[in-house]
Amino acid sequence: MTINVKITISLKDGMLDPEARAIQHALSNLGYATETLSTARVFNVGLDADSAETAERMATEMCNRLLANPVIHSYEIEVI
Amino acid sequence: MRFAVLQFGGSNCDHDAQHVIRDVCGVDCDLVWYKEGFTRSYDAIVIPGGFSYGDYLRAGAIATRTPVMQDVRQHAAAGGLVLGICNGAQIGAESGLVPGVFTTNEYPKFICEWVHLKVENTTSPFTSRYTEGEVIRIPIAHKEGRYVAGEGVAQQLLDEGRVAFRFCDELGNCTPESNPNGSALNITGVLSEDQNVLLMMPHPERAAESILGSDDGKKLFDSMIEYCERRE
Repeated sequence: MTINVKITISLKDGMLDPEARAIQHALSNLGYATETLSTARVFNVGLDADSAETAERMATEMCNRLLANPVIHSYEIEVI
Repeated sequence: MRFAVLQFGGSNCDHDAQHVIRDVCGVDCDLVWYKEGFTRSYDAIVIPGGFSYGDYLRAGAIATRTPVMQDVRQHAAAGGLVLGICNGAQIGAESGLVPGVFTTNEYPKFICEWVHLKVENTTSPFTSRYTEGEVIRIPIAHKEGRYVAGEGVAQQLLDEGRVAFRFCDELGNCTPESNPNGSALNITGVLSEDQNVLLMMPHPERAAESILGSDDGKKLFDSMIEYCERRE
């Protein structure tokens, strides 16, 4: 069966986020003073798995093997 | 002696690298398409610049997971030379050939300009033709070239002589102003533990003939060739 998983890849705490800084600056120019802003990347994946546990394990493998770089990224997995 | 330049879809500095190695330095050099893989042994493998897989996900991330990179890792583990330039450096770092990663520039735009580099290491197979502290002029062209490593790793690499090049001003001062992309400690050329792998963002192949404005990059290829000759 297909189990849908939402994977969110973020920069680790303390990592410089240049794109967020540029976006924050642009928002500021539009009159929105933002205290904090960070970017993340979301992958919605339909996995062929027999249980939520299996789907979560597969998603974790996908993060560790390709989607995230452990030097700079952390990730969250949500089985939907 | 024979060099290989590895080609991925999106490589665009492959012919430049081959031209310098073959036509300028006079060494046999094959272009190797990643799907065909290595059909013979090589003294050195060059992973050239470009935009493999359109820089999707992260620059170099997808090329790193192709089967041919397993052969590159084995070549490096056996002591063969690997030079990763620009996108090749991103691919090599994603492959774990050196610590750290080359990620989005501090100011997130594409930079294409000539920079000065301080040669920090003159004992590696890639830098032996340079003199200690020499300042060279080589171009950069990247959006994801900021070198980032784990806590304390950049300083450790510098202390251990595993930094080949750092961004500097024309006098050789490694200042924040002379750091175009915000790299940790201005580092832009990193050596592996055994120093047989060099990953660097600047393009030595674009500065290997004086007609191009600088031939400072040629010494890098000459160093590699000299090292391979001694091994033969």
